[in-house]
Amino acid sequence: MWSTVFPYLLSGISVGGQYALIAIGYTMVYGILRLINFAHGDVFMVAGILMVYMAASGVPLWLCLPLVLVLTAVIGFVIERVAYKPLRAAPRMSVMISAIGVSYTLQNLVLYITGGLNQIYPTIPWISDNVTILGASTKMVTIITPILTLVLVVALVWLINHTKIGMAMRAVSRDFETSQLMGIKINRVISTTFVIGTFLAGVASVLYFTNYTTVIQTSGAMPGLKAFVAAVFGGIGSIPGAVVGAFIIGIAENLIKGLDIILFKAGLIPGPMGLATFSDAFTFALLIIILAVKPTGLFGEKITDKV
Amino acid sequence: MKKVLAIVLAMMLALSAAALAETVKIGVYEPASGDSGAGGKQEMLGMQYANQETPTVEIGGTTYDVELVYADNGSSTDKAPSAAQQLVSEGVSVVLGSYGSGVSIAGSQYFADANIPAIGVTCTNPQVTAGNSHYFRICFLDPFQGTVLANYAAQQGAKTAYCLGELGNDYDQGLLTYFKQAFEGLGGTAIVESFPTNTADFTSYLTNATAYNADVFFCPVSIAYSTQIIQQAASQNVSFPILGGDTLDSNVVANAAKGTNVQVIITTFYQEGATPTFDEGFKAWLNANSEALTNNGGNDMISAVSAMGYDAYYTALEALKAAGSTDSAAVMAALPGVTLTGVSGAIAFDATGDAIRDAAFVKKINNETGDWEFVAEQQVEG
Repeated sequence: MWSTVFPYLLSGISVGGQYALIAIGYTMVYGILRLINFAHGDVFMVAGILMVYMAASGVPLWLCLPLVLVLTAVIGFVIERVAYKPLRAAPRMSVMISAIGVSYTLQNLVLYITGGLNQIYPTIPWISDNVTILGASTKMVTIITPILTLVLVVALVWLINHTKIGMAMRAVSRDFETSQLMGIKINRVISTTFVIGTFLAGVASVLYFTNYTTVIQTSGAMPGLKAFVAAVFGGIGSIPGAVVGAFIIGIAENLIKGLDIILFKAGLIPGPMGLATFSDAFTFALLIIILAVKPTGLFGEKITDKV
Repeated sequence: MKKVLAIVLAMMLALSAAALAETVKIGVYEPASGDSGAGGKQEMLGMQYANQETPTVEIGGTTYDVELVYADNGSSTDKAPSAAQQLVSEGVSVVLGSYGSGVSIAGSQYFADANIPAIGVTCTNPQVTAGNSHYFRICFLDPFQGTVLANYAAQQGAKTAYCLGELGNDYDQGLLTYFKQAFEGLGGTAIVESFPTNTADFTSYLTNATAYNADVFFCPVSIAYSTQIIQQAASQNVSFPILGGDTLDSNVVANAAKGTNVQVIITTFYQEGATPTFDEGFKAWLNANSEALTNNGGNDMISAVSAMGYDAYYTALEALKAAGSTDSAAVMAALPGVTLTGVSGAIAFDATGDAIRDAAFVKKINNETGDWEFVAEQQVEG
């Protein structure tokens, strides 16, 4: 039984860690700006494309990795300055539409550059190596992902709780105008949030594309959507919520893909029922159930109307 | 002064009209982007090479320049109609394409309404030509291909086949159905599952196949998905070979399998070496043209779809000659009678507009060199 379930858990934990890193970007930006940054998934994809082109142009891999992460963070910073900052005083809906615009701009830019051909992600030594763990063969990155995710999340939580910029972030997320009156440089805080969010998306892209090696302009859509769902699931605005939500979504979707065979081997059903086809439907149904029972998500703060 | 200007303008108009009259437009309805972008581009390469080789055609005693008009159907059925309408408004005489059956079906009605015939190049789903008189095709069909693959799998001793396709993709789902029918008819067991569009994580599907003790993993999916599947199969160290349809016949796929120990076996339309003159000319053309080389995946390996694109272009020229006119309705009327010997074999149409073909090539990837190797030429039985 264990040997049947384990490979699915392994895939689930790995992909969950990648969703978690992307979800943090969604949840942090939402926490501070009350904005769903629809371009986040595409920034993740652009990080993948950057890596492909940089490695192809002959930059050594050990230099590519930090360079990609830095460039991705710069892209996040620029997007905020160009597309969101001028709209700070505008209604929230306008900013969201601007985010959708950025998303399509990035996708079409990549479509133009790649010519719509799928690009093969460069093989990064060591993390691309095959390992066998408890009888299941997989890539090293599968095991590294959850560990790295947890380390990064702990570091991030520490940053938010114990540094000056972290305190400023908490203040801004609590009350935008008042923190401005208190002398917090709000633009700096927002930029930092975007830089952290996109940096983590960059890390996620390295992990994700090492596992799933094809990058095309729509590669960011599905992980972005799943990470967004994870952020909502965990309670948007909450970092631990996003991480827990991402792991639950990742594990659930992989277990459902294998549900047929697991039930079949356990003798609960007579033959395959084709449940794997509905893996996404189950995942999103789970979201609906959670939201129906707990509208603010698993870790979401209670909304109190300020009068 | 005004008179001179008027005369000059009138002459220019007449001249441009005369220049236009000597051009015949052939629509290229292919995906240049999306999941099948790589395949579509390779198919276009064949047409471009053929166009470069034979840029003119004699229709009814006049020599016309052939102009290829491109429309990108984006590999998706929701973008296909606008691409088809674009070709219709360009006034093309005949349409070539598409790579991918779903988009061919999606664009079909627009060509029918405009009375423009279409020549399917590698769209293998029966529904493309069924029940209409304007869609023709020069490749074999999925019931045939599915049977060939099932026969091949059974001959290799496979008892259980795990089959995976994309949800809502007519090509994938059609081929899975025919494969399952044929494979179960031969006494095997076929487990069919589907994945949603834009999936990148195939690890759990591969785990499923292992858990079912599959002897073969059948995935007639788009190139973008198949490269993912192959790479993930390599990291899972799977024991079963991967079996695919004609879509996998691309050097992009071969590159993905290079250096791994995943066996990839497919059926396809053309095997490099079958027509040496075409092979040499095409390679020389690719190597002289850096953009074409990039579109071919960076090397000069010949994909079957390129050979088919080449044949499709000549089929269109034959039809234009036979029609004796650039009028699309006349071309449509002439097409059923067209026969020619292409690089991929003899081409003739049956009553539904399908090519009469009875052979498919079986190829596999050499994991060390990343080249396609010829395995067998499979004939249809009975």
